[in-house]
Amino acid sequence: MIALRQAARLPESATRFPARHVFERNVLSYRRLWLVFVAGFIEPVFYLLGLGVGLGQLVGQVEVDGMSVEYAAYVAPGLIASSAMNAAVFDSTFNFFYKLKYAKTFDAMLVTPLRLGDVVSGEVAWSMTRSGIYAAIFLGIATILGLVESWWALLTIPAALLIGIAFSAVGTALTSFMRSWHDFDYIQLGLQPLFLASTTFFPLSVYPGWAEPLVQATPLYHGVTLCRNLAFGAQGWGDLWHVGYFVAMAALGVAFTKGRLRTLLMD
Amino acid sequence: MSDAGSTLPTGSTPAVASRPSFAAGVIPSGRSSLWHFLEHQFSRYRTTWRPTIVSGLISPVLFLLTIGFGLGSQIDDTSTLGTDDYAAFVGPGVLAAVAMLQGGQLGLWPTLGALKWEGTYQAVLSTPLTATELATGHILWIGFRITVGSSLYVFVLALFGLVTSPLAVLAPLVAGMVAMSFAAPVSAFSASRDSDEGFSLISRLIFTPLFLFSGAFFPVSQLPVVVSWISRVTPAWHGVEVCRHLINGELDPLNDLIHVVVILAWILTGWLVARRTFTNRLSA
Amino acid sequence: MKMVSTVSPLTEGTLSIFGRSPDREGREIRQRMGVVPQEDNLDQELTVKENLVIYARYFGLSWSAAKARADELLEFAQLADRADAKVDPLSGGMKRRLTIARSLVNEPELVLLDEPTTGLDPQARHLLWERLYRLKEQGVTLLLTTHYMDEAEQLSDRLLVMDQGKIVAVGSPTELIAEHVTKEVLELRFVDGTPTELNALGHRTEQLPDRVLVYVDDGDAALSHMYNEGVHPTGSLIRRATLEDVFLALTGRSLNE
Repeated sequence: MIALRQAARLPESATRFPARHVFERNVLSYRRLWLVFVAGFIEPVFYLLGLGVGLGQLVGQVEVDGMSVEYAAYVAPGLIASSAMNAAVFDSTFNFFYKLKYAKTFDAMLVTPLRLGDVVSGEVAWSMTRSGIYAAIFLGIATILGLVESWWALLTIPAALLIGIAFSAVGTALTSFMRSWHDFDYIQLGLQPLFLASTTFFPLSVYPGWAEPLVQATPLYHGVTLCRNLAFGAQGWGDLWHVGYFVAMAALGVAFTKGRLRTLLMD
Repeated sequence: MSDAGSTLPTGSTPAVASRPSFAAGVIPSGRSSLWHFLEHQFSRYRTTWRPTIVSGLISPVLFLLTIGFGLGSQIDDTSTLGTDDYAAFVGPGVLAAVAMLQGGQLGLWPTLGALKWEGTYQAVLSTPLTATELATGHILWIGFRITVGSSLYVFVLALFGLVTSPLAVLAPLVAGMVAMSFAAPVSAFSASRDSDEGFSLISRLIFTPLFLFSGAFFPVSQLPVVVSWISRVTPAWHGVEVCRHLINGELDPLNDLIHVVVILAWILTGWLVARRTFTNRLSA
Repeated sequence: MKMVSTVSPLTEGTLSIFGRSPDREGREIRQRMGVVPQEDNLDQELTVKENLVIYARYFGLSWSAAKARADELLEFAQLADRADAKVDPLSGGMKRRLTIARSLVNEPELVLLDEPTTGLDPQARHLLWERLYRLKEQGVTLLLTTHYMDEAEQLSDRLLVMDQGKIVAVGSPTELIAEHVTKEVLELRFVDGTPTELNALGHRTEQLPDRVLVYVDDGDAALSHMYNEGVHPTGSLIRRATLEDVFLALTGRSLNE
């Protein structure tokens, strides 16, 4: 027979930072999916080896901030930013949609003391962490391959967290408008040009003058530039502009997501 | 084609069985039901072609613009490539590499989807079509779609002045074959699965490296020996070579024949396994 | 249901749960409440036990307390041997029991159940009723919605009949039967037309396409009276009046869709 009122064991009000329980749920669910987790950071490593090292033999040296660097070393920080983006977008779109529409995970959460804000924060924090972990592992591999020059490169990990939170906030906001899985083709369609065109593989100067501001307006460009400057110790106050871009993106995304979820889950 | 004029919007196409072209009585003698399957798929295609074309055209064009022209601008020495500039090397290569990637993808989720989640193929089997014919039709259909998308891409290559031989008109066919050489074995595998668990792993850990190391972006001879042999055994590299030769007009008859034979061997093997797994799945 | 579980804001009227306002104290209310939704929304990505553990975490239990609580509830839901299984392969009845167990992680004073046994086979329903009855015995308030009148009769002390969002009757099952229908119902079938003599037989008669219902206090007496009058139905059945009769009497027989 179960004991029903042992009130002593149960706190009267919820714990501090209830959002962490939403985060814990994701950790639990990924314990069995570690291979999927691993696949997420190996993919950029393939790009590093394929395009960075493989093409590097054709490209030779590239200029960064007046320094002449190996092509693979040039590409590596860009791939840190890209993998942070990929991790965050994957979680905040496909996984988020599944939980929102099919598994009804959030409906189940909202009848507990958790509030909508806790759910959104927990989800975004999880995507962000995933981005940070991917970035850290990727940085480790790049270091082993001898592609990291400066201690400042360690700061690409917090940069990746920032990129992660921004993309995941916007990802959840966009996902809340999705009607079916077919709509995700657009996400894929949007990611590929971001990945290929955001100066990960070649400098901005390659673009014709009119196209430069367009590229500079895209979010991944800021991630790639920030990570690259940090990786080569070439950062300056100007990089705060990139940080500001992501902070704004994250704030807008979270506010939008909360509004949308209120409509979807609570009315 | 009794229902070719369908005006149904994308996504709301009713289950195959409800369509008149499949009712047992209307199939005229002398035409195989396989033909009807393809005909039917084509009639549906008239309403659902946009996403296929978009991904089939946009993806290779993006690689051409960014890697081919963008990154290519940083490459001065093209002596190891055998082409004047890098774009002329990447452009044709990407045709086959993207076809491989898309053939593989179509072999995963959409295949299991049609067999399991949407039940489209179960419905087909209530007609005279056999599971073997269904597997054949499924693979041919993927090849057809990739061939169409590839034709448009070759046209774009021509606009950029990267097509130097009339033989280029054959390149989309080779791309379609490359797609089938991946789609056949991958569909065979998918048909034997109960869930899509592991599909994203296959996509990320097998398709991505095969794509990047297919010789589309740099010669496989630059790869470590073991990796280069993996690329030489799998069909993508063979397709990349043949497409490049056809578009650049530098045919190497004996080698190109071997390349085509290897691709066909993969299609055939994949098809043989797919008949079995399709039959097992649909008879269960 | 969504308003009572303090998820949706009120559309009109007032609502007070545990003497608190859902607008301002939703979190405090939910802390003391359990909810069993109509559709199972168990976490497919977690095991049976993890579903309970993480839910207990949402309520602020420590990991060790959450695990201990999960073990107790697995026993209660007769799922202890499936603790490490995935949720998806469980039967409908098992999933329902797990959802109910999940609603109990916080030792709630009030449990909301939205059509708890819809779609279950009779064995699974009876097992579930027995478990819910045990909860009631222990002093947990159950607030239950159902379309099954036998379920309402089994489980409820106080019953509220709703029609098109309006309350049409309140009371215990026996009170409602006494108030709105007679003790027994006579179901008669005739081959060619219903004889008019029936109208005098009971309190009320109701003509259905295939049979006639006569609401009477004593079925046997009414039946022999009818035979004495020379009325011979092709089939007859005496049964106790149920909540289903009450419900139909109050809300009518036409489809309310």
